[in-house]
Amino acid sequence: MNIFVCIKQVPDTEAALIVKEGKSISEDNIKWIVNPYDEYAIEEALKLKSNIAGSTLTVLTLGPKRAEAVLRTGLAMGADLAVHIENDEYLDPKTIGKALAGAIKKTDDFGVVFMGKQGIDNDSFMVHTYTAEYLNAGVATNVTAFEYKDDKILIEREIDNGAKDKITMSSPCIIGAAKGLNSPRYPSLMGMMKAKKKPITKLTFEDVGVIIDNKLIPEKLYSPAEKIKEAKIFEGDLENSVKELVNLLKNEAKVL
Amino acid sequence: MGNIGVLIEINNGSLKKINKEALSLAKSSGNDVYAIVFSNNIDSFSDEFKGIKTIINIKTDMDDYKPDNYAATLSEIIKKYSLNDFIAGYTSLTRDMLPRVAAKLNGTLVNDCIEIDLENRTIVKPIYAGKLLQQYKLKDEYNLYSIRSNVFKISDLDGNAPNVEEFELINVDELTKINEVIKDDSGNIDVVDAEIIISGGRGMGSKENFEKLFDLATILKAGVGASRAAVDAEYASANMQVGQTGKVVNPKLYLAFGISGAIQHFVGMKTSKVIVAINKDADAPIFKKADYGIIGDLFTVLPLLKEELSKID
Repeated sequence: MNIFVCIKQVPDTEAALIVKEGKSISEDNIKWIVNPYDEYAIEEALKLKSNIAGSTLTVLTLGPKRAEAVLRTGLAMGADLAVHIENDEYLDPKTIGKALAGAIKKTDDFGVVFMGKQGIDNDSFMVHTYTAEYLNAGVATNVTAFEYKDDKILIEREIDNGAKDKITMSSPCIIGAAKGLNSPRYPSLMGMMKAKKKPITKLTFEDVGVIIDNKLIPEKLYSPAEKIKEAKIFEGDLENSVKELVNLLKNEAKVL
Repeated sequence: MGNIGVLIEINNGSLKKINKEALSLAKSSGNDVYAIVFSNNIDSFSDEFKGIKTIINIKTDMDDYKPDNYAATLSEIIKKYSLNDFIAGYTSLTRDMLPRVAAKLNGTLVNDCIEIDLENRTIVKPIYAGKLLQQYKLKDEYNLYSIRSNVFKISDLDGNAPNVEEFELINVDELTKINEVIKDDSGNIDVVDAEIIISGGRGMGSKENFEKLFDLATILKAGVGASRAAVDAEYASANMQVGQTGKVVNPKLYLAFGISGAIQHFVGMKTSKVIVAINKDADAPIFKKADYGIIGDLFTVLPLLKEELSKID
């Protein structure tokens, strides 16, 4: 099977973000990481690859030159091939979905495509579904369990109120990975050494058959107004502290 | 601009609160509003639709969600009635359904809006889990918006009763087939829905100790949340995680036990009305973000708090 994983490079979750000219974040001092939900996608793809003899795992990213690092991580974890649609411009989720679908379609018999349910940067929560629709493939979002059995794909995904859906799909299909799906492995030292030497295929928008025509236009980026808080902090006599806290929650904050 | 569509989700025989918020937002535009209702029984809540033009009713049960059929049906309705702007709540159903519909229409969807100016098709949504806010303009033929709950005001119902038109569910190849829905019968309240959240961090020390939070949650009718550190240490399950790689919550009271307050956690709960921190480390960053705090051992505080809260009714 030809398995794909789409990976996005995002700022580390601990990063404090500074807005530059109301347009973008300052990239000074940003540590770039693999989108955490994509890590679950890579791990699940590796497990599937080891279950199906002769399958090939391709990691795919769309982004600037620096995004090559996430492909190296994917290769180090065990992917066979890497594809980079290099791009420095803003793209809306629809265009990204079309570009990813275009790159995947270059492989005629693609099978399961994994990616995180959302990027932790723009939180758009739709790229995997757009990609699926442009590939005319099934899609499951927020996936917390995956099994490939007798040519069927069996999925569990979390919905509201702690409930879960059990879903069946066939290959080809798209999986929007969520936390809880697995515990991603760390790349081995040997893997990292090998990954450095593996080639990365570069694709342009022309190659993937997409004309950039954004319909979702960013206008202004800003930091939310933060409340300045003067916390009431208790310490020492814990019994009285708790009594006073409950009293304040009830009578001052009125939340009990 | 043309007509406005609103997707209605029925929960236990009535409209979800977020649908009332979406309907109020749609009506405030002054344009014709169409409510799309997948339900076998719309008579029981027809009063909720005063002042809108038309109900488009698909006779089926939302509990019997068929992703491909529903998406095909909704995209046909949007085309047929020229619903160039379409609003829904940001829920687990629409996270699945709306991107499918948007793609079928070759349209543009934007999720989790907290401000919408329909006339100018300008919206604001949190990005980086709320570390920053992004204003966007939509310029597509079909523009779809999902809204965050508890942000948009519900206006009074007035005006005439709408007319009702039926629309047949369109059956297509089912590429994604839901075989079974497993309800959570644990009695635990999902943090996303909870008015009060009791959350634990690495300081809880073990899975067993988390039971003490569930104990307290029963008294307060609260949901139990967890920091990423607690989930990664397997003290708590992944669906309890609050923060940038978990859930974004908006309760009236958030009690944080043994949580240091890393930024990726804070962005997931910072809109809580009141934040209380209990931590033995006086330098924990969470104290700078809390409204109330106790510096002390949480295992001493927990039973005291349980006793004190049991006295309230």
